[in-house]
Amino acid sequence: MPAPTAPSVPDSDAIRCDACPVLCYIKPGRAGSCDRYANANGQLVRVDPHVILDHALSEGDSLVPFLDQTREWDGNIVHGSETFVTAIGAGTTYPDYKPAPFIISSQVQGVDMVTVVTEGIFSYCGVKVKIDTDRHLGPETSTVRAQGEAVGHVTTSEYGSQMLSLGGVRHLTGGSRKEGTVTCETLLNLCEKKPVELSVDGGATVLVQAGQPPVVDGFREERMRVGCGSATIGMFAKQWHGKVDEVVVVDDHITGVLSEHQAGKLLGVAPTGIRVKGRRSTPGRYFRVAEPGTAWGGTNIDDPLSILEPFNPKIAWPKLRLLMVSTTGEHRAYFELDEALRPVEQDLPNVLSESVARIKENCEPALSTVLFMGGAGGSLRAGVTENPVRLTHSVRDTLTRVTCGGAPVYVWPGGGITFMVDVSRMPNNAFGYVPTPALVAPIEFTLKREDYAGLGGHMDHVRSLDSLAQREGRRHLKAHPENPWPLSPAALKRTNQ
Amino acid sequence: MRAQIQLLPDGRRLHLHDGPIDLVVEAFGTPNAIDCAYRAASARFANVLDELCRELPLLRQPPTDPPEGRIARSMYAAVLPYTPNYFITPMAAVAGAVAEEVLLAITSAVLLARAYVNNGGDIALHLTPGESFATGMIDNPSRESFFGTVTLDFSQPARGIATSGWRGRSFSRGIADAVTVLADRASQADAAATIIANAVDLPGHPAITRVPACFLSPDSDLGPRLVTQGVGRLTSEEIAAALSAGAIVARSLVSARLIHSAVLHLSGETQLADASTHVGARALACPPGKICAFPAPGSPFHA
Repeated sequence: MPAPTAPSVPDSDAIRCDACPVLCYIKPGRAGSCDRYANANGQLVRVDPHVILDHALSEGDSLVPFLDQTREWDGNIVHGSETFVTAIGAGTTYPDYKPAPFIISSQVQGVDMVTVVTEGIFSYCGVKVKIDTDRHLGPETSTVRAQGEAVGHVTTSEYGSQMLSLGGVRHLTGGSRKEGTVTCETLLNLCEKKPVELSVDGGATVLVQAGQPPVVDGFREERMRVGCGSATIGMFAKQWHGKVDEVVVVDDHITGVLSEHQAGKLLGVAPTGIRVKGRRSTPGRYFRVAEPGTAWGGTNIDDPLSILEPFNPKIAWPKLRLLMVSTTGEHRAYFELDEALRPVEQDLPNVLSESVARIKENCEPALSTVLFMGGAGGSLRAGVTENPVRLTHSVRDTLTRVTCGGAPVYVWPGGGITFMVDVSRMPNNAFGYVPTPALVAPIEFTLKREDYAGLGGHMDHVRSLDSLAQREGRRHLKAHPENPWPLSPAALKRTNQ
Repeated sequence: MRAQIQLLPDGRRLHLHDGPIDLVVEAFGTPNAIDCAYRAASARFANVLDELCRELPLLRQPPTDPPEGRIARSMYAAVLPYTPNYFITPMAAVAGAVAEEVLLAITSAVLLARAYVNNGGDIALHLTPGESFATGMIDNPSRESFFGTVTLDFSQPARGIATSGWRGRSFSRGIADAVTVLADRASQADAAATIIANAVDLPGHPAITRVPACFLSPDSDLGPRLVTQGVGRLTSEEIAAALSAGAIVARSLVSARLIHSAVLHLSGETQLADASTHVGARALACPPGKICAFPAPGSPFHA
């Protein structure tokens, strides 16, 4: 008695989950076939296995030997102070005004602590990406795109690095639907330490992955510059002295010239009659010798001689030895002047290749780093306490420690709880998203039990760590070795790392 | 890669997760053999979900044309015997078929004394002479106590165990808390458990809450058919009536040699269906219920 086949037309209130190829339609209040993603009031939320960090005693014995001596057997196999319940997979009660999904009590060295654990839905959030490269990624304020959609912009560059500011509410919800979706996906992938290709309007295409070297226009960046061109002259002048007559360190920011530079003068380096294009700042220091680019020292030049004017014939001499090098030692060329005082390229003498190698050696590995930045909104705070502003005050007063998947955060001064966290210190799969679009990120607030009561906490929802032991779907992870332990005594005093 | 594959904290069992699929695999043998087994399982698992999803629309319909994929064909073959008399789609056998396929990948790669692949209670087993498996059973996934065990050894033909019930992850049209089936293959056990659990029923009973499947899950293969969402208090006569309705179907499947045995559980009552002298009577040490999702102390078998 075969019956008609199932209608696969989506209901108007069902949402489609695209977390896996099953592509379930999920009705409000229901979970998909995986039981991991659910429709909470029209938003796709994760109900994933709940991540719990275990203080890696077996790995860190030498670091925390005192624990075994001072700790008294309390009859528990799981010691409260060594198990931290993260918010990853905890779910959220947003937008309901009700207590956070988990409010866990534990005892740390005789002090009763409470950790309020929730996943926040952040439509006001973004990532700050620091890309260690001198290569020019694009003019400041240029639009940064992923899959052709605007997801952010180039912001002010920092020493040795280019900075991108991605996401934020305008790209997430202020533009087209596609812009929002692509922005959300881009943020999620960056936060999950996955590679993302970004292109800058009027600039470069860069492959960014947290903790990995950036790839700029197909070129994998290996090292950060040792310093600007002028600083490089300062650092290496002594090593060059006597082995070469002139050194030009090509740099998009400040190009340095040994014979004119203070460091050269102090060593008694003779003038060479060199003439460098660009705007002279102070002796031996030149701004804008070329346009920014992805070639020599973050400029657009492939031929270093193009930044030089002819040598002054009254000062220069035939056979004058000239080294040109970039701030990372990646580009270098050696010239000697001919009878007409024209530079002629020669092999780099061994005595000079050592110093070039040393520039390289002193450059730190170039990385892309990703900081997630979000603000805990009023309703999220309401899940922690009946009087949300008191939580803000408590965080300000460093009575409450904020962590993100167990990782330390920096809480920005001023109003609200706006925090930044290095995604590389968070467990994998810590982030999720909802189709708003917005990111789902874990957030934990840890404070003394008495303080929690004092700020109007949901005391009747506090439960013991042991009660979680009975819960299915826990994922136990070893704590990140570089993170301060969220429940450590130092945590009681300070919030910001 | 979307799939997540990791050893469970006990360091012995392998957990493979992709979308709605969660497998727990355990192989018994030398460290090298286990390593080899887990590599084979992981390699096979990587494509399982994509392979199934390619044919999902076809698999959500009652069987007509055979599908292409190996797993899909097992599903198809497992439900085909029921098509003249029952509404069933190949999806009723998906969990068992996936377990079976991953087990096959393992046993094709390496010689092992025994191994199992547990797909959320639908289990494919590998046994060699002298080896056996004990499985705990529970009747309610949200409670962890179990009240019966299944012990299978090499001499018994069953290599598949499956459980179906209205409290489980998939929808059921019946009211059984749990129907556990032993069959030659996990896919066959899976399909049969669905059929028998649907038959444990009291049609039209006011204490039973039923909702069209598509109201709960718009793309369910059950479409507008009613599925059980709640069972109120039943009298002992009603319980007996529902169980015997299911047992009649179960016995017909035993007679047709589609399964070896089944145990039906409803509101604390249990009924065994086999050929009464059948091997299943020994295998299902009662009182039985749902395949355990939690470890029995000292049990080799847990997930």
